[in-house]
Amino acid sequence: MSAVLKAPVTVEFPFTRSLGPVQSAFLTGLRERVVLGVRTGDGRTLVPPVEYDPVTAEEIRDVVEVAPTGTVTTWAWNHAPRRGQPLAGPFAWVLVRLDGADTALLHALDAPGPDAVHTGMRVRVRWAEERTGAITDIACFEPYDGEAGQLTGGTGEFENPVGGIVAPARLDYTYSPGRAQTAYINALADRRTVGERCPSCRKVYVPPRGACPTCGVATEERVEVGPGGTVTTFCIVNIKAKNLDIEVPYVYAHIALDGADLALHGRIGGIPYDQVRMGLRVEPVWTEGGRYPDHYRPTGEPDGDYDMYKELL
Amino acid sequence: MTRDIAVVAFAQSDTLRSTEEVSEVEMLMPVLHDVLARTGLKTADIGFTCSGSSDYLAGRAFSFTLALDGVGAWPPISESHVEMDGAWALYEAWVKLRTGDADTALVYAYGKSSPGSVRDVLTRQLDPYYVAPLWPDSVALAALQAQALIDAGETDEPALAAIGARSRATDNPRAQPRGPVPRGDYVVRPLRTGDCPPIGDGAVAVVLAAGERARDLCGRPAWIRGLDHRIEAHSLGVRDLTDSPSTRLAAERAGAFERPVDTAELHAPFSAQEVVLRRALKLGGDVRVNPSGGALAANPMMAAGLARIGEAAARIHRGESDRALAHATSGPCLQQNLVAVLEGDPR
Ligand SMILES: [Zn+2]
Repeated sequence: MSAVLKAPVTVEFPFTRSLGPVQSAFLTGLRERVVLGVRTGDGRTLVPPVEYDPVTAEEIRDVVEVAPTGTVTTWAWNHAPRRGQPLAGPFAWVLVRLDGADTALLHALDAPGPDAVHTGMRVRVRWAEERTGAITDIACFEPYDGEAGQLTGGTGEFENPVGGIVAPARLDYTYSPGRAQTAYINALADRRTVGERCPSCRKVYVPPRGACPTCGVATEERVEVGPGGTVTTFCIVNIKAKNLDIEVPYVYAHIALDGADLALHGRIGGIPYDQVRMGLRVEPVWTEGGRYPDHYRPTGEPDGDYDMYKELL
Repeated sequence: MTRDIAVVAFAQSDTLRSTEEVSEVEMLMPVLHDVLARTGLKTADIGFTCSGSSDYLAGRAFSFTLALDGVGAWPPISESHVEMDGAWALYEAWVKLRTGDADTALVYAYGKSSPGSVRDVLTRQLDPYYVAPLWPDSVALAALQAQALIDAGETDEPALAAIGARSRATDNPRAQPRGPVPRGDYVVRPLRTGDCPPIGDGAVAVVLAAGERARDLCGRPAWIRGLDHRIEAHSLGVRDLTDSPSTRLAAERAGAFERPVDTAELHAPFSAQEVVLRRALKLGGDVRVNPSGGALAANPMMAAGLARIGEAAARIHRGESDRALAHATSGPCLQQNLVAVLEGDPR
């Protein structure tokens, strides 16, 4: 068996999220170094605040200030921080009930070691130097000996309230394609297109995905197909893709390779885009060192008969 | 319409740290064939198919549609998918069978955690405004819960270690680590390696059938006497992490407290969560808890909850249990909980 193919893939998005009135007040408050909670119908103060009572589902909008000092309700020592976490060095995760609040906020506590942390210890907010209206405007908590912190008298009304946050998300993966697709990719590197035949219905799938979607069984028998094929259907691409060095307009087509029972897709070149048609006979064009066909070009053969490929549209 | 629905077959793959040589459908398909073979059914005989998985685990968009190749989904079959543990797919299938729309259902779930970093992936299910920007990983949140239990006097580190050791002493051939596993170092204190689930890839499948059909397909069907799921407030700081009121309520609605159970399969990925669940479910000392080893022995993400139902049902099939409770969880610190009560016919 050949070596497993692997490739790193990073999935990364900046999520742009809008805020409701209570979340906006809370995050704007953090920007202004004011911590706000929200009062429920039964008189409890929730920090961080939400817009609906988690018990009654009642809409709650009564924003009140709480102190930037509080008490640890539980903690966990994180000796090896991971990417994105609030502090680069070892720290404690903590739930902190701020003075004046009835619920606890999750954040990091900067402490010299686990022996310096316990449930019930007093802590205060350490503000980030640059604040934008985000939970990370609290850099972390730090141990604190004094009385409850002073309130600023803030009402929850601020100039330029934040209306949204941008939350970047990034996850790193190592892809491996599996048995069937590994064989397909390796054969392509040899300039051969190799599909797999279903042992039950005898259809040849290209590219193979490892299973016959009709029979629900593994495909295993390898079958070389092509190199020639027939355009079954196509579209004309008019928008240039980012990072793709192909002039528009160009044609992207479904191509039924000779011997295949499933059309694959590829770009059609070597012919003006407005002359591509269903039934056009094409063949792959390989570039020096390329591990897959760069595009497909006309062979010059007569067009394929519609009845020959109508099941593969 | 009231119909009796039973779990009539269960199959699972080995749970492995890496399955990089196979794709998701290649990992799943042998399990589907195995579960169908146990009933003699073919994919075409199945009335409804429902699956549970998460694209975030392997980082591949719509990967569940490729997995559908393994059930022969073309031409289109009656199917559905939940981006949750397969236990919730089973819930949907159970409702479908109760309505009389189908007599048999195939429920499967799979997870490939190996392509990514599951501790980080799971941060993406958290509150995106106040929590996810801090990237608290799954072990960190479970550790906060464990410390709260220790502070409340409900457990201590040696007791947690004993839960891990007992779980991994299982004779379940599908368990990932077997035999004695050292407590290990702290991952996030107070949780050590032995308190945390092994990270593994795997797949699970069950077949459900209604009424007489169930008796045709299985010598001793595991009848679902009750099934319910409940969720708690989103914000961790609002919850009492030492308790699981949602589990208790689901169990009550599922009829778990009407008569004692002899076996409980609990989906407690972290040792301390078993302490919470035992109390919420009022399990006495005579109940066999997690003879399969539970999630501390094998925790294929999105499949480990369905595996609990399958394991409980399989014990009834084999005559090793007469009335069993199965539990599944989802989210941080037992956020959402499902309870099923299964019974065999009297012997
Ligand atoms: Zn087939």
